[in-house]
Amino acid sequence: MNAFADTLRAEWTKFRTIRGWVIGTVAIVGVIVAFGLNPGMKGSCGTNGPGSECALPVGPGGEEVTDNFTFLHQALTGDGVVTVRLTAMTGVGLGNPDEPSHAVEPWAKAGLIVRAGTGRGSSYAAVMVTGGHGVRMQYDYTHDVAGSPGGVTAAAPRWLRLSRAGDTVTAAESVDGGRWTTVGTARPRGLPSTVEVGLFATSPQHSEELHAGLMSGAMGGPTQVTGTFDHLATRDGWTGTAWRPDVIGAPSGPAGGASGGVGPDGGALGSERAGDAIRLTGSGDIAPAVAGAGGLGVSITQTLVGTFVALILAVVVGTVFVSAEYRRGLVRTTFAASPDRSRVLAAKVTVVGGVMFVAGLAAAAATVVLGQRVLRGNGVYVHPVPAGTEVRVVVGTAALLAVAAILALGLGTLLRRGVTAVTTAVLLIVLPYLLAMTVLPGDVARWLLRVSPAAAFALQQASPEYPQVANLYTPADGYFPLAPWAGFAVLAGWAAVVLAAAAVTQRRRDA
Amino acid sequence: MITVNGLRKRFGATTALDGMTFTVQPGQVTGFVGPNGAGKSTTMRVVLGLDAADAGEALVDGHPYRALCHPLRHVGSLLDAAAVSPGRTARNHLLWLAHSQGLGPRRVDEVLDTVGLTSVARRRAGGFSLGMRQRLGIAAALLGDPPTLMLDEPFNGMDPEGIIWMRRLTRELAAGGRAVLVSSHLMSQLQDIADHVVVAGRGRVLADASVTQLLAAVSDGRVTVRSAAARAAAVLAGGGGSVTVAGDGTLVVTGLPAEAIAALLSRNGVPFSELAAHRATLEDAYLELTRDAVEYRAADPAAADPAAADPAAAAPAATPGKAL
Repeated sequence: MNAFADTLRAEWTKFRTIRGWVIGTVAIVGVIVAFGLNPGMKGSCGTNGPGSECALPVGPGGEEVTDNFTFLHQALTGDGVVTVRLTAMTGVGLGNPDEPSHAVEPWAKAGLIVRAGTGRGSSYAAVMVTGGHGVRMQYDYTHDVAGSPGGVTAAAPRWLRLSRAGDTVTAAESVDGGRWTTVGTARPRGLPSTVEVGLFATSPQHSEELHAGLMSGAMGGPTQVTGTFDHLATRDGWTGTAWRPDVIGAPSGPAGGASGGVGPDGGALGSERAGDAIRLTGSGDIAPAVAGAGGLGVSITQTLVGTFVALILAVVVGTVFVSAEYRRGLVRTTFAASPDRSRVLAAKVTVVGGVMFVAGLAAAAATVVLGQRVLRGNGVYVHPVPAGTEVRVVVGTAALLAVAAILALGLGTLLRRGVTAVTTAVLLIVLPYLLAMTVLPGDVARWLLRVSPAAAFALQQASPEYPQVANLYTPADGYFPLAPWAGFAVLAGWAAVVLAAAAVTQRRRDA
Repeated sequence: MITVNGLRKRFGATTALDGMTFTVQPGQVTGFVGPNGAGKSTTMRVVLGLDAADAGEALVDGHPYRALCHPLRHVGSLLDAAAVSPGRTARNHLLWLAHSQGLGPRRVDEVLDTVGLTSVARRRAGGFSLGMRQRLGIAAALLGDPPTLMLDEPFNGMDPEGIIWMRRLTRELAAGGRAVLVSSHLMSQLQDIADHVVVAGRGRVLADASVTQLLAAVSDGRVTVRSAAARAAAVLAGGGGSVTVAGDGTLVVTGLPAEAIAALLSRNGVPFSELAAHRATLEDAYLELTRDAVEYRAADPAAADPAAADPAAAAPAATPGKAL
């Protein structure tokens, strides 16, 4: 251990006495901070005077939510059951204003809901038919339970039922209103004795990836859905027939105020009754708020866009720290001074990893904290994240730089020639990230970000991806295919394999 | 002390070491000479654990180099003076080496003083002349105050003053009880500093002897006498010598020491104008021993190069040895 301490100290002295390496390390901090504090991004939140702030409703779990839908409801107390039959869902999509689509969005929703109140962000439980994902039970924004697949037509209508018993809400579906199948049960948080019960319809933003030549992007727009219901009935404790129409969170009016609203196509949002039949037209979503093309604003990941430039620097410093010794034959002096070559490699790994970790930590911490302020100052909506996530993003950025530099050092040891090693390291680590962020279509990009060392960028994902929320979960919007530490494990795996190969070859080879 | 025993190593089809065996004893300078490709540098790299031998062993103070905890405290070596980071200062180069041996900056300043680099210690080694780099390499070798030193071609690139300094330093180190191995492809450089010489050729030891023994082996006791007297040859032959008449009144005598020849001629009243004992140099011994072992022998210039026949276009003759 004492011998390792001496070797470690020697390698640290080597590192700090080459001006270029020290400057490179300072530049790593510099580019991360510079990119983070000078974002090109502008927004309109809070820039148009008081009232223009972008404030999102907060759900029962403290997370930010989207809560926009058309609601036909009444207040009911105690336990009870509500049933309805859904006979049709039709949609209007406005992704291309010249050519409105009539397809129903896959995550358009129409069904029954029980809510703590009409206020946005209220806790709830709902059962619904979706445009493309069958029957679902959802509650409190983030929870989603699948029922039977398939949509709804006049020939094959769907019966839906919600039953409240104390704190528990049970959802059931039926094809004939006679034989019921339970979809799920939920205990929405803090459901009061009197709840708002009724029908709802809503349809999220449409978005799709766009690839034209070397450019890629996203296009989309708001959509709406119309659900046609009949046989709306309450029983087993709930009585009442005074159904009241509302559009919750209407984009052009005060939330929950008017009985109607203006839809994205300029047509009416709201409800119409014709005898027993009720048509509900809605637009929006009842779901956790997400950052990205289909959502609003950006995540804190956006502040760390400079990481890839820093990564190039870290990779170069990591490689040259070892390849420069081979170039000059200095490696013989090193091995004459410390004959245990694995010990030398371990010391170099510790020095490079430690330096890059400290540099990355300082840079990411400053940038995440200050960069958010700058973005908000520019009117960009930045999704707040829990402190734990913020710490993971900061520490993860440091770990990403450190382990990438260690991988580069392994390549430098293996290949010995600086230019070859730097090129290989950049091709392996930085290029997959750049391609995935820019020109590659989603599937290829996601595949690259699973298998290449760039998978570790998952550490920077700040917002969770919800499968039940329509959005483009692209790497460019800060969504990565692997879980944060799984992505890191991919990079660490690469580094471990390359280091092991480097240790073996360097032991066998004549210096 | 270094013990090299039966080292063998091949690089592809080339045999670099072919049973190299010798010992470097403390208290003396051991010269390690041989033409290019004789295996001198390879032997040193094997001693330092840098190259692995196919067979045989090299021990430092009885241990394999890789088993030494702070090896620079056992052996100091200078292999390649160019092996420094050009961007690092001389002092920092020595500082990381010192740290690797558990030594501090004070020792660095001491060796800088020893080799006379104190004034340029904070300058980047990239700007050093080869001679200054040799001094820096010597400083690195001395860092751990080791009982054994191994210097590969330390005179390369040095100016005359540097060569004098280096010769004095090696002698002083040996006088202090250290085992010093100095390699060179030029025997003449070792003439006055080596106590013992290991002559290598084609990966083998051709001779391993003290300088005195080596000279005696080459010297054949010839004495040249110049005398106009016709009876000189008869007198010397009668005295027990074997005489060859070389013409011009020059006789080459063997079998009699120079003093005996002088006494014999004087006693018999034979006048002579010159009496010279033929003394072999280390260079002679070396050339004699390595005659068959030179890897890259210059072809006979006259035969190989038609231009050499023309005295006006005489090309400098190639000599076996590393270009400086």
